[in-house]
This record gives sequence, C-alpha cells and structure tokens, in this order.
Amino acid sequence: MSDGLRIVDLRLDVEATGNDIVDQVTISIAKGKVLALVGESGSGKTTVGLAILGHTRRGVSLNCGQVFCGDTEILGLDESAKRKARGHLVSYVPQDPSSSLNPALRIGLQLREILEAHNFGNSSEARNSRIREMMEEVLLPTDDDFLRRYPHQLSGGQQQRVGLAMAFACRPSVIVLDEPTTGLDVSTQAHVLATIRQMTSKHGVAALYITHDLAVVADIADEVAVLYAGRVVEQGLVKDIFTRPAHPYTRHLVAAAPDIATKKEVVGLSGRAPSPGKRPKGCAFALRCALATDECRNSFPEEVNVGVSHSARCIKVGQVEHERIAPKVTAVTHSQGSPILELREVSAGYSSIMVVHDVSLTIRKGECLALVGESGSGKTTVSRAIGGLHREWTGSMFFNGTELAKSARQRSTETRLAIQYIFQNPYGSLNPRRTIRDSIVRPLVIGGMSKADAGKSVLTVLDQVNLPAIYATKYPDQLSGGERQRVAIARALMSNPEVLVCDEVTSALDVLVQAAIVDLLGSLRKNLGLAILFVTHNLPLVRSIADEVAVMSEGRIVEFGPAESVIGNPQQSYTKSLITATPSIARSLR
Amino acid sequence: MSTSIDVEQVEKPSGLLRTALRLKRTQIGLGVLIVMIGLTIVGPFIAPHSQTEFIDMPNSLNIPGALFGTDYLGQDVWSRFLIGGRSILLLSMSATLLGTTVGTFLGLLAAITKNKTDEFIMRIFDVILSFPQILLALLLVSMFDASPILTILAVALSTTPRVGRIIRGAALSVVERDFVQAATALGETRIRILFSEVLPNVTGPLLVEVSLRFTYSIATIASLAFLGFAPDPTAANWGTMIQENSAVIVIQPWGAVLPVIAIAVLTIGTGLCSDGLSRVLAGLDRGGKGE
Repeated sequence: MSDGLRIVDLRLDVEATGNDIVDQVTISIAKGKVLALVGESGSGKTTVGLAILGHTRRGVSLNCGQVFCGDTEILGLDESAKRKARGHLVSYVPQDPSSSLNPALRIGLQLREILEAHNFGNSSEARNSRIREMMEEVLLPTDDDFLRRYPHQLSGGQQQRVGLAMAFACRPSVIVLDEPTTGLDVSTQAHVLATIRQMTSKHGVAALYITHDLAVVADIADEVAVLYAGRVVEQGLVKDIFTRPAHPYTRHLVAAAPDIATKKEVVGLSGRAPSPGKRPKGCAFALRCALATDECRNSFPEEVNVGVSHSARCIKVGQVEHERIAPKVTAVTHSQGSPILELREVSAGYSSIMVVHDVSLTIRKGECLALVGESGSGKTTVSRAIGGLHREWTGSMFFNGTELAKSARQRSTETRLAIQYIFQNPYGSLNPRRTIRDSIVRPLVIGGMSKADAGKSVLTVLDQVNLPAIYATKYPDQLSGGERQRVAIARALMSNPEVLVCDEVTSALDVLVQAAIVDLLGSLRKNLGLAILFVTHNLPLVRSIADEVAVMSEGRIVEFGPAESVIGNPQQSYTKSLITATPSIARSLR
Repeated sequence: MSTSIDVEQVEKPSGLLRTALRLKRTQIGLGVLIVMIGLTIVGPFIAPHSQTEFIDMPNSLNIPGALFGTDYLGQDVWSRFLIGGRSILLLSMSATLLGTTVGTFLGLLAAITKNKTDEFIMRIFDVILSFPQILLALLLVSMFDASPILTILAVALSTTPRVGRIIRGAALSVVERDFVQAATALGETRIRILFSEVLPNVTGPLLVEVSLRFTYSIATIASLAFLGFAPDPTAANWGTMIQENSAVIVIQPWGAVLPVIAIAVLTIGTGLCSDGLSRVLAGLDRGGKGE
C-alpha cells in the first residue's frame, strides 16, 4: 500500500536558542493505518503533530525535513497553499473539544464553514447532504434540531465527535489526532476510539495518533513510534513494541503501564527527560539507563533493525539480553487491621443539589481502599468531605471511634494532622513562593512544635519519599511534576498521619512517574501502616495498588469488595460496562 | 524502589522585579526616578537662597546669582525649585503607601471571605470610585484644611479602592488554588493564610499597582497645590509655583516651566517603571520569559 503520510528527517528548533525540540524524526504511515506517537509530556509529540499541518508554535522554527501527505510536500508550500491544504489534505483533532469548538456558533454552521472554506460541494444542497453524511459517520443525530445546537448543549463525547466530523469533512488523506480522548470518561472514550478506527480504515486515511496512554495505543494503533527527548527511539508494529520492546526506555514504559486485564506491579523510573538545550550529544536516555556505557554517552545511536519493520536507536540492541524489569516491592498483602475511618450514610451536595447519596465505607489500618468512578460520580466530593474541605454533608464519619466534625476548622488539631489530604495537581498544591522546607514543616508547626525542631524531621521525611536533602532549599518551580507530588506526600507524612486521602494524585503525571508514585505509596503503607483512600478514575491502576475497591456511580456506591474480585469478576452491570470499556494492552494483543 | 536522580537542574526563574530591571524602559524609568528623588533630597541643601527670601525685582531674568531669575514676588526661582519637590514627593509617597496598604488588606479580605464582608467592602469601594480622584481629594481638603495629614488621607482614600479591586481580583484566583485548600485542611488560621499563602502570590500585580498609584498620587497632589490647597501656601511647592507664575509665563517662563518639567519627568519615570513591571507581569502570566 502506498504511503499516506511520510515525514523525513524532521527537525524543529527553539527559535531563540537554536536548540532542537525534535530531531531526526522519520515516520511513514500507510493509508488506512493508525500510527501512535507515544511519549512523555515535553517529548515533542504535539510539535511533530503540528508540523504535519505546516504549523509551528510561536518561538519554534523549522530547521530541516520534509512532510509528504500523499505526493504533496507540506513544509515547502507558501502560507496560502498551506492554508488550503489544512482541512482539505491534512486535518487536526485537538485534545480538548470544549475549547476547540466556537461556543458562539451552532455546530451545523461550524461544519458548513469547513466545507465552504474548501469549496467542497458546489451547491448548498450538496453541502447539507454532506453534513448529514458526516454526522451519520460519527454516529450523531442528523436532524436539524441537533445541528442547531450550540457546543455547550453537547456532551464531551458528542463534542469530540463533532470535532472528528469536522476533521473528516473534506475527506483528507492525513489526519493528526492530538490526545483526542484524554479528557473523556472510559465509556465515551471507547465510542470515540471505535469511530476513529472505523473512519480511518473506511476512508483510507493515514492517521497519526498522539497519546501517552499505552492501553489506548494497544487498542487503536497498527504501529507505534516512541518519542523520547525529541527523538524516535523505537518504531514498530504494536505487537512487537509491547511483547518485544527493544529500547530500554520502551521497556520501562511498558513495565510502568498498569493493565486492567492482569494484576501487575507497575515499575517506575526516576529522573526526567532532558529538555531542549540540555540534551547530551549521545543517547538522551543514557542518564537514566541502567545499561549505559561511555559509548552511549558519547555518540548518538543510529537506527538498528531488530525485526520486520521494527527498529530502535540503541547500541545495546542485540548485544545485551535485557533483563526483565521486575517489580521490587512485594505483592500487596491483604490486611485485616482494625477499622480506622468509617463513613455511615454520608450524603453530600452543593447548596440544594445532592451529588452523593448514602455512602458507607470502612477503611482499615494499613489498607488501601480505591474509590473509583467516572467524572461527576461524586468521588472527589466524598474525599473532600473526609478531608474537611467540603462542609455540606449529612450522615456521620468516625475516625478511630470518635465522630468527625464537618469542616477542618471545627476538628481538633490532632484529627486534622492524622487525616492528610493529597491533591490531584502537584503544580497547584505547593505555594510557589515558599521553599520546600517551609512548605513541609507547617503540619508540625501547627501541631505546636517550634520551627527549628520541626526542621529536623524534614530530612527524614524527604528520605522517605526518595528525595535528596538538597531539595529542602528548593522552590516548587525548580521541581518536576513527579518530584512535586513527592513533596506533597512528604508534607502529608510530616505529622505521622494515620490516613492518607489521595485525590487522583497520579492523573497529572506521566506513566513512569505515576508508577514511581504508586510504588512509593505502596511501600509507605507497608512500612508505616498507613491507611490510604485512593480516589481515581484509572481502573487499571486500581488493580495494581488497592486491596478493596468501591465503585461509585451517580453519587452511590454500586459495587464494593476486594480489588481482585471486583475488577476480575464484576457483578454489577455498571462495573462490567466500565471494565469492558477500559482499553487493555493484554486484551488488545490477544 | 527508585532513588531520585535529578537529570536536569532547573534554575529558579527570576522574580518580577529582577526580570523587569532587564528591560530598557524600567532601567530608564528607575534612573530618572533616582535622579529626581536625589534632587529633592539634596536640593534644599544646595539651594543658594531660602525659599521666602526676596532677592531682586519680581519677574526678572538675568540676575547675577539667580540662575533662572526671580518669580512674581521676587524670590529665587532656582532655590524654590530645588526646595519645592520635597513636600510633593513626601506626601505622594506616604499617600501611596497608606492607600496601597489599606487597599491590599481590604482586597485580600474581600477575596478570602467571599460573603457579606466581600459585598460590603466592594460596595464601599464602588461609592468611592464614583468620585473622580481629584474631586474627592478637593472635597476633603476644602471642607477641612490642606494639612499634610489630611492631604495624605484624602489621596490615600481615593487610592484604596483602586488597589483593592486589583488585589481582590488577583487573590480570587490564588484562593481557589490547592495550596490554600491544603493550608485550610491543615487548620491554618485565616489571617495566616491571608498573609502567608495568598499575599506572596499577588506581589506581582501589587508592585505594578504601587508604581501606577504613585504616578497618579504625584499628579493629584501637585494638582491640589496648583488649585491652592498646599499644606503651607507660602512655602515652595512645584504645584503652587506653577499656579503663581503661570500668569507671567510670557515674560518670566522659568517660574512655571521648571516645576512643570520636574513633575513631568517624575511621572514619566514612575510611569516607565510601572509599564516595565506590568509588561513583565503580562509576559510571566503567559508563561514566557517576560520580554
């Protein structure tokens, strides 16, 4: 089959410094195939995606390379020709559908604009029928009423499908999908992925799917290119990448990805990818690689073929048999400690609207209870009520047998310090104007200790979360996301808490960092006997960390039980559908 | 378990003030400001005559020992110019300091309470804001007297709501952030959250606002003096000088032109500073390096 998209030796630079963002990117995608471009945040995925449209972000400039969509080279075109090519020859589906659709225009009009801009169809009737055809293709209603709606009157999944319809409107030959399902719930994601798969194969479109979610990759892609620090380090068919990864980085990625179909210990990797301008002249992964030698550090590795259309940029390929990356933390043991936190018929809401109904839960000492649910299920409201951050609730909560007051302010200092809340976004939960030391001594100072005495515990706690002592004097801006989340955990550990409430603590982090944080929480639980309430929408992760699972839907707990049995053998139809909708690497490769 | 190796050392991004100082306009503005402040400090000591000494015929030029001639009463223009900046600068600095301090406190309070207190503060601000700044100051000094204290209070009063609104706006987004929630969950006192968590995160807009309000205070206080509401009508004062000598500007221009230049240069200096700061702040807000 002929190539739909061919990128040759693409290099893009930071305009001001001339440092490369991506370099030596060569990718080709056949018509009707989906290639997943995988990488951590900052690896240059989106930069490559936008370059295919002939667009560079402000401050980024093209150094060299070519992008062929069919027979047309995009980068050499002038601005007006590029504009014509976009949407017509190559189109783009952005990450957030709610901000990519114009909120002031009806969706029918927005679809029509695309067709008119590219002179698609020669009459109004022809365009109308094309619009209906498009809506049908993405499984949306085709009636006038629906087309007259505004974007905010659509659900997130419907919005993204309108985005897909717009992208496919002029029958492009190449489509770039930039994390199109990241903000969506799993069931919606499953539908959108199915639509993408069907549309690309039906119309023979070459699709570049940008993502960081390996389970989605396994589900949708035919081929995979792994991007690390702006270089494609490994490329191959999906099956090869997941079963026989050749590059150490890919191995780590695969080892760090949780899977809903199997109980798996996730393994993280510390450090972070060097940013543009800080990249070594040798292999960029050498700094974090256990196999690195001087040769790795000194020369940039060439592409090595390791199989049929499977290549990797690693000099160790074929020379050293990589050892399997094995989890070092012992398997989760089921604890039967005494109940430490008990919720009895807790209902919560915002003024008159109730979002949580009659939730009863028990967390035991040393146990990890996962509270899972889709967005809007009320899981965060429950966790905030436990943390004393949400006051509007009824029912009762008992901590070590004593009833908890509604808000943190009404609780005693001891109780406040014993129940620690860790926030989703490590970029927001630390005061940017304070050093790490000043941030993490607060719990002890509030507990009545002098600042000097409290300072002595700082190093112990930093050590517990695997951060070097030097970090005490740094500011949050100097830390990566994973390091900040470690600091947030360190702050929670300062007061020797008994319960940690973790609200989606890994959702803002890359998969390797997520695995490292999960690893850390697991060992803290084992060593300190902490009880953890792990609130998440990430079902595969639950299987790797939790003892017990409570599944929430529309403010109620629909299923509760040991993690293995709830996820391995769900009883309720809601849980079943949730699990079926969650993409799985193991299931996709089977 | 993994040990953390910092692959990449990230430098701490330099603060608003330091970044702003790299801009040409801030450097010039600050330079001008320092010269003008220096002039008002040193001026009284190097003035050849006292501010009320009659040295020659009124409105005459080319007098030996009087660089810029004499004013409408026969006093030395150069000496009065050197002495006359001090009161304007002192008054406007104090008024700015008082106004921004009170404004910042009320703005933070409004942002963190988010209830009736917020409503009450904001409506009071609206009432004050409905008066033009100069009119409000005039009203107060003409009702009582133009004593230094009252002048400062009057200008500070009109400054307070303007600063307060800006700080409240900036603080509202900070209050919603997780680290403030985290402090609440730990049981930090309201007042500590206000000053220790929120205030350090609004210093950017605050700095811009201080320099902007300083510019306006200079203009307002000079205007008050021009309109005859100077603390001491016989003392040298740039505003008073302009008013006194504007009638004879054709025969003896310096008496009015020198203070006009001084006030203009002073406000341009503070204006350049606040412009540099706000440019950097806008750049930082967009995540850039602030150029």
